[in-house]
Amino acid sequence: MIRSHVLVCGGTGCTASGSAAIRERLQEELKTHGLEDEVKIVQTGCFGLCSLGPIMIIYPEGTFYSMVKPDDVPEIVTEHLLKGRIVERLVYNDTGDKHGEEEAQAASLAETAFYKKQKRVALRNCGVINPELIDEYIAMDGYFALAKVLKEMTPDDVIKVILDSGLRGRGGGGFPTGRKWQFARASVSDKKYVVCNADEGDPGAFMDRSVLEGDPHAVLEAMAIAGYAIGADEGWIYVRAEYPIAVKRLQIAIEQAREYGLLGNNIFGTDFNFDIHIRLGAGAFVCGEETALLTSIEGNRGEPRPRPPFPAVKGLWGQPTIVNNVETFANIAQIILNGAEWFASTGTETSKGTKVFALGGKIKNTGLVEIPMGTTLREVIEEIGGGVPNGKKFKAAQTGGPSGGCLPASLIDTPIDYDNLIKAGSMMGSGGLIIMDEDTCMVDIAKFFLEFTVDESCGKCSPCRIGTVRLLEILNKITSGNGEMEDLDKLEELANYIKSASLCALGQTAPNPVLSTLRFFRDEYIAHIVDKKCPAGVCKALLQYVIDPEKCKGCTLCARNCPVSAISGKVKEPHTIDQSKCIKCGTCMEKCKFGAISKK
Amino acid sequence: MKSLEELMAIKNKMQNKVSVRTSAGDIRVVVGMATCGIAAGARPVLNAFVEGVDALGLGDKVQVTQTGCIGICQYEPVVEVYEKDKEKVTYVKMTADKAKEVLEKHIKGGKPVIEYTIGATQL
Repeated sequence: MIRSHVLVCGGTGCTASGSAAIRERLQEELKTHGLEDEVKIVQTGCFGLCSLGPIMIIYPEGTFYSMVKPDDVPEIVTEHLLKGRIVERLVYNDTGDKHGEEEAQAASLAETAFYKKQKRVALRNCGVINPELIDEYIAMDGYFALAKVLKEMTPDDVIKVILDSGLRGRGGGGFPTGRKWQFARASVSDKKYVVCNADEGDPGAFMDRSVLEGDPHAVLEAMAIAGYAIGADEGWIYVRAEYPIAVKRLQIAIEQAREYGLLGNNIFGTDFNFDIHIRLGAGAFVCGEETALLTSIEGNRGEPRPRPPFPAVKGLWGQPTIVNNVETFANIAQIILNGAEWFASTGTETSKGTKVFALGGKIKNTGLVEIPMGTTLREVIEEIGGGVPNGKKFKAAQTGGPSGGCLPASLIDTPIDYDNLIKAGSMMGSGGLIIMDEDTCMVDIAKFFLEFTVDESCGKCSPCRIGTVRLLEILNKITSGNGEMEDLDKLEELANYIKSASLCALGQTAPNPVLSTLRFFRDEYIAHIVDKKCPAGVCKALLQYVIDPEKCKGCTLCARNCPVSAISGKVKEPHTIDQSKCIKCGTCMEKCKFGAISKK
Repeated sequence: MKSLEELMAIKNKMQNKVSVRTSAGDIRVVVGMATCGIAAGARPVLNAFVEGVDALGLGDKVQVTQTGCIGICQYEPVVEVYEKDKEKVTYVKMTADKAKEVLEKHIKGGKPVIEYTIGATQL
């Protein structure tokens, strides 16, 4: 009889930090102590606190162990599982204080500052169930929403509930999901499709991956519900081949659902049929754009096509199709079971429910967070994220990845929702949230994202193909110290042309990082152009390493370590750096024991 | 899957198996499982509680967990029952059979089994 469950994270983050070895070791140790029949090991999806992985949670106590190593396992088994004594040195603690009895108690997952402000709807089963067992999903009310829809509701009822809930697309655009379904339902055809967009491409974003890895059945169930609502009998999941764990768990989930007859013909004894296929994407960013995604599923090169006609009218293989994002689907079953009012009771006037963010950059707790819409940026950064580390100052938050923009510190009290972010010149995007501190150069950030879109532009339309390259050239000119003030006007003019003339969302949003940094951090651009200085000390061409003759003791350490012999001087006399030779690698500054070298 | 009943059957079958992860538990049964407790036979007591809770279908109300030594080693196995807004009840010198009785009368019936509590035992 099982008395204790040991949950070991099997998400990508914890797998990379070695959770598979921990599970193996755990199995051995349980066997040694004869506990196999009392303790169950459960491999789960992502808990969200990826920077603290590998993560282990032991129930019923709910003890939350972080950064567990295989060599810690024997102690956990003999102390915690055998004797009931919590291994305090491994317990995650919020405060950074020393571990004590009380902290150990407070360290159950739900009570940590990281979790307290979160509200888990899309991620509700992630880190709770074993994603490879359909029975565990069913135990958490899985597939009851599908049963309810098929037995008690008409397709129009379903669409009305989704409309009333106010759910908007979580992939970035924020189009009302119910309206999309309504259009597809209204299109007359004997063949329609439901497509799940799991081509998560924003650098640093992994919300969808975590849902697929941690709760794949939630997506399958929602796709079937959508199929019933619009009158489709076939679904496609377009997922990146770079997500091997997600793909594997989806395949297992589809197999299990078919075995149980939850996919296939005559589901729940009705005349509703639905089946799902997986299509692997090769990792082109543009394939996250819905029309390019459909083109790619059809077996063609992933290039967008003009809209209208929208997919709801003419989509996959020319048939009416809805394309929804993974996280959007992850909300559907909950809305059906709990009702539209329940969902709409969370969030702001125009943005209902919760949103998952991949929190990263200069922040203490990196990982996955799900917060009610309307939570302020300050709450996310200071409370959930634990603040900016190393005593640095918060400078900006980047949302929406290469399509979004930066919110400056002055907007830290902005409630996060679709419309507020757009008003602030950024966008919700799929949920990347990158925190930047004072050491970040905003011109450099704009350059980083633009380099990404230049690489990922598919080349079909010229505003995007050529325009983004020209934008990047101007930025490079500025960061290399050759910028002129007219360049700023050129940047803005060109950016607006690209926005208005590009074929798809990739091009239409590609200039956003430039425009938003220009809007909030224009002084940094000016510093690069007029003073030829990079205030954050990032842009190498504008930096000078200099030796303070007052502080220099002439120890020769810097000169001996300089890889290009740019430093000269006699022993016990102040040294100097030959700026024409210096490659600005920073080695001298690192080596100097007297703090005599600085960058300006 | 042809009917809602089939789905419900799977859910019911599984619920007790996952409730250990989700239930906060109105009642907490804590079994002392330090070296002294284990030596005195706390394992069978713990298992009796776990099995009993499952058999009575109380998985979502009762949490069975373990703790270390509370310092009265000569009275092990010690079991403490915490219930919201009620005084803690401490059972001493427990056995699997006594555990079954406590489950039936106290956990399910709401009446502590006085003769097994620490107060009734000669200290």
